[in-house]
Amino acid sequence: MLDVHELHVYYGGIHALKGVHLKVNEGQVVTLIGANGAGKSSTLRAIVGLVKPQKGHIRFKGEDLTRLSTHQIIRKGMGISPEGRRVFANLTVLENLELGAYHQTAKDFAQQQEWVYSLFPRLREREGQLTGTLSGGEQQMVALGRALMSKPRLLLLDEPSLGLAPLVVEEVFRIIQTINEQGATILLVEQNAMAALSIAHYAYVLETGRVILEGEGMELLQDDRVRHAYLGE
Amino acid sequence: MTSTIFFQQLINAISLGSLYGLVAIGYTMVYGILRLINFAHGDLLMFAAYVAIYMGALTVFPWYLSFPAAILATGILGILLDRAAYRPLRDAPRISLLISAIGASFLMQNLALVIIGGVPKAFPRPEVFDRVITLFDVRIQVLAIYTPIITIILLLGLLFIVYRTKVGKAMRAASKDFETTRLMGINVNAVIAMTFFLGSTLAAAGGLMWAMRFPQVNPFMGVFPGLKAFIAAVVGGIGNIVGAVIGGFILGLGEILIVAFVPQLAQYRDAFAFVILILVLLFRPTGIMGEPITDKS
Repeated sequence: MLDVHELHVYYGGIHALKGVHLKVNEGQVVTLIGANGAGKSSTLRAIVGLVKPQKGHIRFKGEDLTRLSTHQIIRKGMGISPEGRRVFANLTVLENLELGAYHQTAKDFAQQQEWVYSLFPRLREREGQLTGTLSGGEQQMVALGRALMSKPRLLLLDEPSLGLAPLVVEEVFRIIQTINEQGATILLVEQNAMAALSIAHYAYVLETGRVILEGEGMELLQDDRVRHAYLGE
Repeated sequence: MTSTIFFQQLINAISLGSLYGLVAIGYTMVYGILRLINFAHGDLLMFAAYVAIYMGALTVFPWYLSFPAAILATGILGILLDRAAYRPLRDAPRISLLISAIGASFLMQNLALVIIGGVPKAFPRPEVFDRVITLFDVRIQVLAIYTPIITIILLLGLLFIVYRTKVGKAMRAASKDFETTRLMGINVNAVIAMTFFLGSTLAAAGGLMWAMRFPQVNPFMGVFPGLKAFIAAVVGGIGNIVGAVIGGFILGLGEILIVAFVPQLAQYRDAFAFVILILVLLFRPTGIMGEPITDKS
């Protein structure tokens, strides 16, 4: 479904991605793990067109994305929960969800809204509240819900567990799994390697702009190098 | 001062204040989304007035066709202004945008000077707005009554668009965070174009009413109302639409009533706006309805 090939990204003189490749197949949860500055977010930003790669290509459903602008790429069928959540704090929870469904018909909107509320019952209670007044975990739910509102074929999640209490992290990962079981394909970028690998079908380990390791999630969980570098063993 | 004169002045002040408010909305909207003081905004008044004059001069068009046409044309000019002067600088430092705005303003004024010439043209006031009515023994030109009414109607229409429609939601989202708005699949450039269109049509409506009030149209007619409206927007709290209108009323009331009560100060009328500006910046820099300043990253 998503095919990233030999991706090179520069920020000024800094060579941030040095030939990253990854594949996401329909129905999978694929995770991209690595330390700070490894290039995880840059990869995601390149996929959605927020940075333009100097070399390489990104194909989504067979179509090259590298020349499209961000809003066009998203409309091809992606939903994203960006790094740091980036909810619209000055808007209500409902308005955030409505923005996620900007190009949906009223009927699709109602249907998606029901689904999102069934995943996050808390959001229904908070519907009319300004999103800025919500707790971190609740804001993450808004960000996830907002990403789901467009009926995405591919869901991109950038560090959904960042800054959340351990119990809330567990809940977020449980919900990610539920979303996947209900048919969405997911590309998950995470620093929390343990949690990410345990729900991923396939995983890529990024280090200084390169994929240094890849394999099935469970397999990598057993890998000594991963255990050593990311799980602190 | 007799009560009739006071009443007359009051209506006069409300009418002038609503004009400032109408133009101030455009400043505040553009600032809200781009963090830019669009110094070319005042010149849109001049453009609207000339379009109405020339369309009227062809005599085939009555005012109720030429006015909407002038408003529409000004809205489109606003979009073109963004496209030519601001959009290429979307990722540039904000000071570049400001300089570009000043350049665009000078360009519009001087183009008008070259093409049309500096001799003021009379603005034909349609008969509907020219009538004088007597209200509580006070003779009032109907224009002074219509102006605030039109302003309030336009304000309510705008608030409906901003708070009740999809594109309004996108405008409010973009005013906080361009990148995330794009990530919602929203074309931010189209949203900005819409913002310029709305702000410019309101400026045009203001420009036409301004030209009917002071029926001398020249290439620099937008400068002073533009400056005053900018001050109104700052006083009301820049970025806040209702604040802009309130700021406009404060300015209009202050200017006229000071002259009415203390005629010796008549020559300092224009200074009043700037004194208010300085006071607001000193004691309440975010304006009356402004939110605390948060820098958009």
